[in-house]
Amino acid sequence: MSREKGKEFAEQDLTPMTGAATDVAPLGRQQKPAHELTADEDIDVADWDRVAAMAEFKQLVLAKRKFILPATIFFVVYYFALPALVGYAPGLMSKRVFGVVNVAYLFALSQFFMAWLIAALYVRAANRFDGMAQRIISKLKGGR
Amino acid sequence: MNASLVMFLGFIAITLWITWWAARKNTGSNAYFAAGRSLTAWQNGIAVAGDYMSAASFLGIAGIIAFQGYDGFMYSVGWLVAYLTVLLIVAEPLRNAGKYTMADVLAYRLSPRPVRAMGALSTLTVSTFYMIAQMVGAGALVSLLLKDTGISFSTAVIAIGILMIVYVVFGGMLATTWVQIIKAILLMSGTILLSILVLKHFGFSFGAFFDAIAHVTYHDAKGNLVTQDFLTPGLRYKPPYGALDLISLGMALIFGTAGLPHILVRFYTVPDAKTARVSVVWAMVIIGSFYILTTFLGFGAATIVGRDFIAQNGGTNMSAPLLAKALAGDLFFAFISAIAFATILAVVAGLTISASTSFAHDFWTNVLHHGKERSPGEEVRVARITAFVVGAVSMLIAILLGPNANVAFLVALAFAVAASANLPVIVLSLFWRRFNTKGAVAGLATGLLSSLVLILLSPSILKTEAIFPLENPGIVSIPLGFLGAVIGTLLGREPHAEDKFTELTVRANTGLGAEKATSH
Repeated sequence: MSREKGKEFAEQDLTPMTGAATDVAPLGRQQKPAHELTADEDIDVADWDRVAAMAEFKQLVLAKRKFILPATIFFVVYYFALPALVGYAPGLMSKRVFGVVNVAYLFALSQFFMAWLIAALYVRAANRFDGMAQRIISKLKGGR
Repeated sequence: MNASLVMFLGFIAITLWITWWAARKNTGSNAYFAAGRSLTAWQNGIAVAGDYMSAASFLGIAGIIAFQGYDGFMYSVGWLVAYLTVLLIVAEPLRNAGKYTMADVLAYRLSPRPVRAMGALSTLTVSTFYMIAQMVGAGALVSLLLKDTGISFSTAVIAIGILMIVYVVFGGMLATTWVQIIKAILLMSGTILLSILVLKHFGFSFGAFFDAIAHVTYHDAKGNLVTQDFLTPGLRYKPPYGALDLISLGMALIFGTAGLPHILVRFYTVPDAKTARVSVVWAMVIIGSFYILTTFLGFGAATIVGRDFIAQNGGTNMSAPLLAKALAGDLFFAFISAIAFATILAVVAGLTISASTSFAHDFWTNVLHHGKERSPGEEVRVARITAFVVGAVSMLIAILLGPNANVAFLVALAFAVAASANLPVIVLSLFWRRFNTKGAVAGLATGLLSSLVLILLSPSILKTEAIFPLENPGIVSIPLGFLGAVIGTLLGREPHAEDKFTELTVRANTGLGAEKATSH
């Protein structure tokens, strides 16, 4: 895209403050705050195509996908294994492990720890993603 | 004077004071709709938990476990795992690309008026079902607890409706948030106390507790005395369709939560995506601990109080309060009942604010008036009027349905609609470049219609003459929602929407251009 916004783009803050005391659209033909704009009126706050083309951005998206996709597949499979086994393998699930406590209860209980574990791993990974995003933003603000 | 009544009044006094405090701080739309986007992660996390753990969780799950054992615990599991969908897929992009409502994200690259109109319709549908369920539960609870004071079901429903309208109309999101935080803390304390008392009853021996669960004695429907192992699955979901029903329920739960409007709006109340993420984790810790403890509430009620006694004294929904009474007497019973009441009130306030925000922001301002407020503060004014109308309508329907309406069924319906209509379009809008307006409208419409029609044809409504054999429509209606969205999209191309995809991806991943917090 050949929109010439390289220079002014470099100087301005990329994320305009829109939260005035009352952030409602003023009457008349004044410019509306950024979030009030419909898609057609939206003036870009950043050169989106340029950001999207940055190697750092592609790495960020890839890194996120590499975590989120397998994590999602894992939790969905692990979760649906529970109702599926409870429904189709009741014999296995009623097997008692400790005293009267059976596989079904332990498997259900394990789901809570699975969820917490994935959440913890994601938060750790996401801190890395935040750093990557921050570097993209500071590079943009630096103008190159 | 009744101890429950005193505690109810105490809770009401505190929350009204918060509303008064919040009303003075509320200036402008950001403050009213999104608490100025200034909440911290723990505040929002506890509020998410408070918004989520409804009458269906506290009274409903305890009741299902007390009556049908292990199968009830499946609700507990699904309701926590659901938050992984919220955490991994929805929360952060939503915060980065939206403003006040779910439809903001759709309107971002699609044609705003049709998607906002559909988005508002689906938000109002989900919220109304959810709300009526809460009102019916609250009315039944309050009228039962306070029957010696002469308060009827209708009076109780009206009182709750008025309180909720006051919170939302005057206090906005800030007051609603604090009501939810206080409620979540009360609910957790009550649940922990109750669990400790259950364990104490069994001499702090897990072995004795689980042995009791394996031998629960009660009278079955034919009046025979039976002894059941309540840890064994299959007491509720029986062949031939039990297994499919369980999977269907699971789908509605884990994909529905990420489409619940009153949960989604909570992510607009924090300053940035990172805070939104950390708040989900806070919520998961609280919600997970709570649902693990439903083991003690539900099985405790089954073993200590017993099915027969609960059935004769208020029915399944009274399991947790009756357990409190059996363990520690009337005062504790009053305390737990007051907590249940607070629980319902907070959820209802959250539902009202999300429904009225959606109507005012999506439908009134953006659909009817092309994104312009005709006078300053119009959007907030419209939201306040909507809150009033939503409150009045739900009061009316709840009174018409009466105290015996099936509460859990209405909540499950809300989850199924949210999973079938809202989630497919949110996900496709965030991750599929080709996705367009036709797809969004078709997806929302198919999801909404198919889930509603299947519920109408299900055993929940038609009993034994059901045309559709499952209680929960999720397993059919969620794929249909996705299918509708995909087919609608493939019917045409929308270059503008595809161009905007790059922008949305950059915004969602970096937070560039996201709504900022307003300083107080």
